Amino acid sequence: MQQTKRASIATQKSIAHPKLHAQLRQYKVHKALLLMLIPGMLYYLLFHYKPMYGLLIAFKDYRLLDGVMGSPWAGFKYFEQAFSSAEFWRVFKNTIILSCYKLIFTFPAPIILALMLNEVRCLKFKKVVQTLTYLPHFISWVVLAGVIINFLSPSVGPINMIIRAFGGDPIYFMGEKKYFRAILVISSIWKEVGWGTIVYLAALSNVDTQLYEAAVLDGAGRLRQTWTVTLPAITNVIVIMLIMQVGKILNDDFDQIYNMYNPAVYSVAEVLSTYIYKMGLEQAQYSFSTAVGLFKNVIAFALVIMTNTISNKVSDYGLW
Amino acid sequence: MKRTNGEKAYAVFNYIFLTLLALITVYPFWQVIITSFSTAAEANRIGFKMWPAEISWEGYKNVLTNQNIWNGYLNTIIRVLLGTSIEMTLSILTAYPLSKKYLPHRNIFTMLIVFTMFFSGGMIPSYLNVRSLHLDNTVWALVLPIGINTFNMLILRNFFMSIPEEIEESAKIDGASAVQVLVQVVLPLSVPILMTVGLWSIVAHWNAWLDCVIYIRDSNKYVLQAVLRKIIIDAAPQFDNMNTTAQDISQIDTEVVKSATIVVSTLPIMLVYPFIQKYFVTGVMVGSLKG
Repeated sequence: MQQTKRASIATQKSIAHPKLHAQLRQYKVHKALLLMLIPGMLYYLLFHYKPMYGLLIAFKDYRLLDGVMGSPWAGFKYFEQAFSSAEFWRVFKNTIILSCYKLIFTFPAPIILALMLNEVRCLKFKKVVQTLTYLPHFISWVVLAGVIINFLSPSVGPINMIIRAFGGDPIYFMGEKKYFRAILVISSIWKEVGWGTIVYLAALSNVDTQLYEAAVLDGAGRLRQTWTVTLPAITNVIVIMLIMQVGKILNDDFDQIYNMYNPAVYSVAEVLSTYIYKMGLEQAQYSFSTAVGLFKNVIAFALVIMTNTISNKVSDYGLW
Repeated sequence: MKRTNGEKAYAVFNYIFLTLLALITVYPFWQVIITSFSTAAEANRIGFKMWPAEISWEGYKNVLTNQNIWNGYLNTIIRVLLGTSIEMTLSILTAYPLSKKYLPHRNIFTMLIVFTMFFSGGMIPSYLNVRSLHLDNTVWALVLPIGINTFNMLILRNFFMSIPEEIEESAKIDGASAVQVLVQVVLPLSVPILMTVGLWSIVAHWNAWLDCVIYIRDSNKYVLQAVLRKIIIDAAPQFDNMNTTAQDISQIDTEVVKSATIVVSTLPIMLVYPFIQKYFVTGVMVGSLKG
């Protein structure tokens, strides 16, 4: 009796909301899939969306004991504090300068290397070069920084050995403002140039060989083939990589810089992420450093959207 | 195909350049290995060397008797095993449902996840979040916040999507549940990509140091990379074992100890790397071609 009543209510409901009913059926059919998704979605909620909620403390006078909710509102106080501090703008400028250097020098390096590797006909040689140049990618910046400091050391480093052999005075490279940015750029090329070629080599291996044959029939030399066949074939990959790079222009490499710099070069090497780390975790200015971080994230996010829109318009290639 | 003189000249230049590049890439590591085998006097001797004049084990004696290094190794191994198991489990469980076009609200779930690749709470809110969950000073602070690497998870999803639906259908007709299909049909077909993502996870956990420095207060819970940072970059005397092993301090040099520390901690990766390299590479290809 009760069962039939419940059933009739259910049918009434399903008649009243046919769409809802269909939806519920979908949930039931794919129950196992939805259940599988729970741990992952909980992870995103707890370790990505909860910290986003924590961004509220940029607008509050955050106190540990009061938590995010309990701390009193401070409005834009910490943003004003940041924007009126000369140190913040110096750090901001350092970040932009370093990113531009990396965009100009680090970004094209793997493309050039991939084109060079693509010309190699001895496969064994190619393999050895690839294996050796991939190597630094797998080693942490802690170790690489140690290696670089040793390499450039004024007392035991080989570079200074050469300088001395030619009668020069040893240079303390890591402590010189005029060299430090170059060291950062070169060492990031050293770490990632080999690994960065993989994406381009994959795209290059997909180039239709008939295109080369056609180019040869038209009398094109190797250089001309590279220009008219190879490069256009990998343009979409280059554009996507460029978008990602421009989007990351404010996401400086914390691991690299924090392990390599020292007080002598702070004025040229302090960047947003190391600044946030110092202000937030070493000096416990939570609200202030969160405000700086939020400023950085919002601009970075806008940059990704902007570059993607532009590239969609210009070339039909984009991330989404 | 005949090659012109210019093309031949370019080919020669190409081989020379690439050879030099490969040598330059590995030379700094070679330099560290040489220094690690040097005596204090040899390490500070002026001159360019391809090989140490005399081999000394002082640096290694110091490093291998340094309890902090062994502790660090143990903590790193625990972290890698735990972290990679968690990441693989969570990633598979998330990637598989998302790979199904018929999953209800699939686009909403995907959007919520992809959004986190472009916008995040940032360093300080994440730190306060881990503290508010009382994970700090435990290994969970090192493995849970990076429980899923979204990029790797999407690579897995893309691979799952490329598996023909018919293969799964036949298993379903035989009465297999979704979990059975995943475990018995999909995962065995995905071994290469699982290897790749697993290896990436291992490398990421092996190399991570910042989270340990931020969250771990007890130095006996430090992972290897954090111990390394203390010795190599901070030159923190309580970590480097310098005043305990060498009877005569002048026999041992900080550069030698640092170099030996680098070699001891990086050797495992260097040794296995050439053999597993191809798995790393496959993943990038899958990711780049279908991403």
